[in-house]
Amino acid sequence: MPDRVIGRIKRVNGPVVEAMGVSDAMMFELVRVGEENLVGEIVKLEGENAIIQVYEDTTGIAPEDPIYGSGEPLSVELAPGLIGNIYDGIQRPLEEIRAISGIYIKRGIRVDSVDKSKKWHFVPSVSEGQDIHEGMIIGTVRETERVEHRILVPYRINGKLKSIMPEGDYTVEETIAVVQTENGDRNISMLQKWPIRKPRPVSERLPLDIPLITGQRVIDTLFPVAKGGTVAIPGGFGTGKTMTQQALAKWCDADIIVYIGCGERGNEMTDVLTEFPELIDPRTGKTLMERTILIANTSNMPVSAREASIYTGVTLAEYYRDQGYHVAIMADSTSRWAEALRELSGRMEEMPAEEGFPAYLPTRIAEFYERAGYMKTISGKDGSVTIIGAVSPPGGDFSEPVTQHTKRFVRCFWALDRGLANARHYPAISWLDSYSEYLDDIAAWWERNVGPDWKKDRSEIMDLLQREVRLQQVVKLVGPDALPDSQRFILEVCTLFKNAFLQQNAFDKIDMYSTVEKQARMLHVILTYWRRGSEAIKHGATLIKLKKMKVYQDIVKMKFSIPNDDIEAFNKLEARLERSFDQLESIYER
Amino acid sequence: MKDREKLELLRAKEYIGLEKIEGPLIFVKNTHPVGYREIIECVDPSGDIRLGMVLETSTDMVVAQVFEGTSGLTLPGTKVRFQGEPLTIPVSKRMLGRVFNGLGNPIDGGPPEKGEMELNVNGMPINPTSRKYPRDFIQTGISAIDGMNTLIRGQKLPIFSGNGLPHNELAAQIARQAKIRGTETEFAVIFAAMGVKHDVARYFVKSFEETGVLENVALFLSLADDPSIERLVTPRTALTLAEYLAFFENMHVLVIMTDMTNYCESLREISTIRGEIPSRKGYPGYLYSDLAEIYERSGMVKDSEGSITLLPILTMPNDDISHPIPDLTGYITEGQIVFEREMYARDIYPPIAGLPSLSRLMKDGIGEGMTREDHPHLASQLFAAYSYVKDVRNLASVIGEEELTPLDHTYLEFGEAFERKFISQRIDEDRSIEQTLDLGWEVLRILPVEELHRITEEEVEKYYNG
Repeated sequence: MPDRVIGRIKRVNGPVVEAMGVSDAMMFELVRVGEENLVGEIVKLEGENAIIQVYEDTTGIAPEDPIYGSGEPLSVELAPGLIGNIYDGIQRPLEEIRAISGIYIKRGIRVDSVDKSKKWHFVPSVSEGQDIHEGMIIGTVRETERVEHRILVPYRINGKLKSIMPEGDYTVEETIAVVQTENGDRNISMLQKWPIRKPRPVSERLPLDIPLITGQRVIDTLFPVAKGGTVAIPGGFGTGKTMTQQALAKWCDADIIVYIGCGERGNEMTDVLTEFPELIDPRTGKTLMERTILIANTSNMPVSAREASIYTGVTLAEYYRDQGYHVAIMADSTSRWAEALRELSGRMEEMPAEEGFPAYLPTRIAEFYERAGYMKTISGKDGSVTIIGAVSPPGGDFSEPVTQHTKRFVRCFWALDRGLANARHYPAISWLDSYSEYLDDIAAWWERNVGPDWKKDRSEIMDLLQREVRLQQVVKLVGPDALPDSQRFILEVCTLFKNAFLQQNAFDKIDMYSTVEKQARMLHVILTYWRRGSEAIKHGATLIKLKKMKVYQDIVKMKFSIPNDDIEAFNKLEARLERSFDQLESIYER
Repeated sequence: MKDREKLELLRAKEYIGLEKIEGPLIFVKNTHPVGYREIIECVDPSGDIRLGMVLETSTDMVVAQVFEGTSGLTLPGTKVRFQGEPLTIPVSKRMLGRVFNGLGNPIDGGPPEKGEMELNVNGMPINPTSRKYPRDFIQTGISAIDGMNTLIRGQKLPIFSGNGLPHNELAAQIARQAKIRGTETEFAVIFAAMGVKHDVARYFVKSFEETGVLENVALFLSLADDPSIERLVTPRTALTLAEYLAFFENMHVLVIMTDMTNYCESLREISTIRGEIPSRKGYPGYLYSDLAEIYERSGMVKDSEGSITLLPILTMPNDDISHPIPDLTGYITEGQIVFEREMYARDIYPPIAGLPSLSRLMKDGIGEGMTREDHPHLASQLFAAYSYVKDVRNLASVIGEEELTPLDHTYLEFGEAFERKFISQRIDEDRSIEQTLDLGWEVLRILPVEELHRITEEEVEKYYNG
């Protein structure tokens, strides 16, 4: 970093540092503060004073200490070697930091975000003399067994390809191509930088009509999200936000996962770090770590880096999207990010709006979620970024500002319910408060790929669940015995649906993940039981009889007993179900 | 680093006279450049030295808090020296068996501790990549914990209690009975008291004495009549010793901290005096980060055999779990043990509420090879059934018990047995995990087998029928 002193410290208040005598600095410039070289960013310029947000603990920093400017905005490094890594909020690799400073994170450490000495096998895909434009793919590198890293022409480089290196092993900093542009020759390496607060450009936004398959039944079947969509998962503590996020990171069908642990527990990141390299992705047979980038800014790490971690994550995601991948971001939790904003805003003595949050909170939330989308990238490929943000409302109260503002900018809402979590009904996604605006957009996909019944079946079961709520209100007043069997059967079917379908055991080898085919068949089985059952009741069968049917236990256990690839078992189960009802009805028809 | 000599020189500088005193805060003008969070020595008019810490520093004014309080300080008669370093304490194994104040100075009449090394009480964030994921089951001998909310070595599991509830008794019982089965390891207990009454501190000392573990216990006491500001350092000094013992001496350390509510109140006091923008109920916006700095110091790391298990106790103001203190704590800790006043009134000890209590690390520490293979499903089934009991009780309170279905009556019977036989135990009763699980099956047998959705057929065969 150049030793350009841009000012001196005037005042230190936690992570917010005021500088004086500043003449030559730009907004969002990356700076180093004090003799310890703490990383900071300029967030406000006013006359000769500047406000700097420092990304490390400022203990011991004193007035008069120098501030060094870097001349460039806070950026991330983009190159092969990102996948499988774990970074802090400003893209410093935590494994490297550990090698330097042991079990604790010491301050002022400078490490490269990507390994600059490692050689990658580059295969060019363009030839000399060809027209080159920004964002174009000029070659590939096998980054992990499952991810082919596509090397993109950096932004603002357009012209003719003067030379390109032949297939071979290069480090990320070596020049692999030279482009003749209007402003002279430009060297291209596999490494490029991008400022984290600026969205990467795309050609155009495409409609969102392909679901992101998560393998979680309550999500895929009831409240699906589209690739490129936005989701909020709000829930009080202990309702399973992190468990849901981790299940999605494990089983969703995105190509790349960016998992941002923002202001959460250290052990949760450790859990992911120890578990993911051992888990095998059912689709590719490779370990899950080979598609995952982790960003960990745990709750005890400096608060301002928490603010940056969200942007760091989304910029990495956009980079892979531009290569033509479908990327999913899990941000756990956006509330901690909003609280970091609040803390910094408070220290800068800005006028607060609701509950101490700054007035620009909704703008920031919107900016973040708008970076999601299904895009036609500049390289011509399709790619998407799906954002799934956890929200931790204080006291589990969804009327607080972060939840409310987030709701305005997301199109899918998975509300976690305290009552369900208390009953250990996981995932505790409430079927009454949640919604998805992608239903109609992706219905065609289900019809094409799974079968014609999804939308109809889904409406039918949702209708039953709604009727159940009304009936439960009656039950609460007069007891279940007051209801006729036909209505009590609705309660029974809903209980069955909750136990046998909605509840999903994240630790069971078979149940942890369900294919869409399995989901559709399971739903169909339950609805068959409902349809035939209510017919039977009309003909005089009793509720007890229906519950004592042997096949009932098979339906309850089908999620555990029938593996994803054994669709034949569902045919048998359905046949058995029909037969049982035939027998039952034959008694009553006589 | 700054020159040692220069540091010595700056340390010797004495500033006479303060600009302003407000509550525990002092304001000093025209100083040399003073570092953020530096320690200050404040010499009061009678010549006694009080410690403090810099909260805000700028070219024209330094704001510091005085841990021992500002009573008796005068504007012209107070002298301030800046130490150029953050607060450190000497740490060593010899500190076990002794009593300290919140700042880490001995108050048991013994000599000052020299220590093997000096550590910064603020600690440093543990690198997530150097953490070891905790999965060793701690047997506390308490069914409600072992069976339903298992404590894991290296976990942070708070007790959410209320005034007048037996949280101290439970914490002491855990400290007495906690063991890892099949191993004999060196262990230590660190007890940090913040703003609690003298008799509470005495209760713990007596309890440690009776079980003969006092020589393995270090106490950090900042009691109710000590200056409230000292409470802000107490958990940090206590955890600094814990970190030393766990990560340098490879010991297993259980840290009991009581009462976190008092700590948070001190934090609010300072924040209010400084005129900071409050978030909820007047607590500062950084309460979450501040608590996280404390709680996240627990755990296990790869380069050491030791561990820090953290058991903070907090009393929920007005028994309200959505109050900012329990709420933010719950977001940081790995679960919570919640007390229920209604259970206590029915003479159930420990009054651990079945449903809101949770141990997040339980899933990885129980089952075959750790506790017993039936444990995960049994616990899950007990939770589900007990949750239904709560629904039935609500229903019964509206329509009357007579109107309930026979099945619901069975559930009521189960609920009663679960609370009386399984949850409830004597204060000196130490149940093995097998006893706990067998007891679980015993109460579960009240329910018909069709109701058990979360149990496999083999488990029904072996435990329910067997």
